[in-house]
Amino acid sequence: MTTRQFGARLLVFLIVIWAAASLIFILPHLAPGRNPVRERLIQQAAGGGGRALGIEATIAAFERDFGLDKPLWRQYLVFMGNTAKLDFGTSLALYPTKVTTLIWQALPWTLGLVGVSTLLAFGLGSLAGALLAWPGVPRFVQFLFPPLMVMSAVPYFLLGIGLLFIFAFKWSWFPIGGGSPLSSYPEWTIEYIWQITYHAVLPSASIVLSGIGFWALGMRGMMVSIANEDYITLAEMRGLKPRRIFMQYGLRNALLPQVTALGLALGFIVSGIILVEFIFRYPGIGSLLFRAISAFDYFLIYGVVFILIVGIALSTLLLDLVYPLLDPRIRHGKD
Amino acid sequence: MNVFRYLPTDNLRLSIGLLLILGLVAFWVLGGIFIDLDDANPISGAPSQAPSMKYWLGTDAQGRQMLPLMVAGVPITLRIGLIAGGLGVIAGTTLGFTAGYFRGWIDTVIRSASDVVLTIPALAVLVVVASTLSSGGLSANSMALIVALLSWMWPTRTIRAQVLSMRERSFVDMARLSGMGNYEIIVRELLPNLFPYLVASFVAAVAAAILAAIGLEALGLGPQNDPTLGMTIYWSMFYGAVLSGWWWWYAPPIVVLVWIFVALYMTSSGLDSWANPKLRRT
Repeated sequence: MTTRQFGARLLVFLIVIWAAASLIFILPHLAPGRNPVRERLIQQAAGGGGRALGIEATIAAFERDFGLDKPLWRQYLVFMGNTAKLDFGTSLALYPTKVTTLIWQALPWTLGLVGVSTLLAFGLGSLAGALLAWPGVPRFVQFLFPPLMVMSAVPYFLLGIGLLFIFAFKWSWFPIGGGSPLSSYPEWTIEYIWQITYHAVLPSASIVLSGIGFWALGMRGMMVSIANEDYITLAEMRGLKPRRIFMQYGLRNALLPQVTALGLALGFIVSGIILVEFIFRYPGIGSLLFRAISAFDYFLIYGVVFILIVGIALSTLLLDLVYPLLDPRIRHGKD
Repeated sequence: MNVFRYLPTDNLRLSIGLLLILGLVAFWVLGGIFIDLDDANPISGAPSQAPSMKYWLGTDAQGRQMLPLMVAGVPITLRIGLIAGGLGVIAGTTLGFTAGYFRGWIDTVIRSASDVVLTIPALAVLVVVASTLSSGGLSANSMALIVALLSWMWPTRTIRAQVLSMRERSFVDMARLSGMGNYEIIVRELLPNLFPYLVASFVAAVAAAILAAIGLEALGLGPQNDPTLGMTIYWSMFYGAVLSGWWWWYAPPIVVLVWIFVALYMTSSGLDSWANPKLRRT
């Protein structure tokens, strides 16, 4: 990747972040004839039994504190400044907890769940797809394909509810939800790590089971065309071991478009994981978002969504930077 | 070209898909004839009843009967999918043709825009839009419009790629030589040839739109007054149906949704392999 390409890629990254922040700033102003945040505050004050006189004063104070009495362009600049510092204000429902605090608490859970299950689905799926397309692989492998394909059409969270019913409710093999036992607190002990893994089995299984089919499908398509390439025939004629041809001549080449697809699929995966966390009451970003929605906690919603978009933009940026390492043709600037 | 040679493998997928769609429509039509949809309302039956002769699929905690609820929910879900998917494909076709046919800077802009927006988690953005614009709940139609905001990227991407390769074919050169204008070539030469593709990406877009809509509904942001499938899942989770063992509350919407997704997936991938001969070798 040349410096120029890198610069362009970085620019795209910055534009995405800027657009996401602007969207979050503009949307409340587009809400027909009212400000949802303001409404939420009035609602909360009324619910708290505050006197009607006090409410207007509170809102005035709130608007002064947040600079809502300033002209729009200054509000925008202040908002952008705060967002750049990752300061999303305080949660409306859990006042005075900072939005950022809540997000940092939830983030490790989601990162672990997304990371492990996406890698598992990607790895297992790609391997399955490669085997499906490779000549000389036992016939029974072919029968794996239709179930995998059907499974990939099912949304993660629907599969999750099914798993929850069978393995947690009916057979009680796994916990019914949560990320760790209620009585435990985070510490680096074998027991705690085991508990976390144990709680993560069903949520990640619902992502992996549905994901395998998706990755297998793409990989199979690539491997079918690679198996017919001349360089494979040449490798066979040179008498290389079938295993080596499969791994280094087939798999390695077919994996490249898969990595590109991974970058494009990240948004889809994260959308799915939000719902999986909600179903399993997993203490990550998705459940936090759900709690924020239920409580009309707008600052928390905006903060979570902004962090999600930044996280994905960062991941695709990293993926694009790593890609040249996987594909020597791009590394040496020969496109 | 002998299409029938490929019948056993390809049309199997397409025919399963179409049969499943037909089954779905039959469920909706026959259900509408034989089942009283008023029973989908709360307190139309005793609350939390397991399936029995009286309540075929049981009832939920508010006494809605599940079978009528499903019959009422299917058309709403399909309508949201058709509106949002349709708008997505119309936008995607326009953008894809503009980018793929005219190329140059406009192609760069459209391609980067669709690639970038594609990576953004659609559900997160939809949550922001839906929760901000509606504290009182959305109607099914406005939800379809919101979902449509983020359903143009895949159609744009796939259609652009097809146009890009098709515009290099000799019949397009021929048309150009015989004095056809750009617009005429697009409408009379390219569009008809890409028709199977457009149908395939329409079906895929409908599935994606339904997925997004179900996601919003399951998070509690759907239409509050319509008995949608996603809202049924939301309420069943809200009332802890899994822990209470009320499987008949969430099983019907899951079965119907899996049915819808598998039907659309089979149809779209069957259409894909019909449209694209390269996919046919198996």
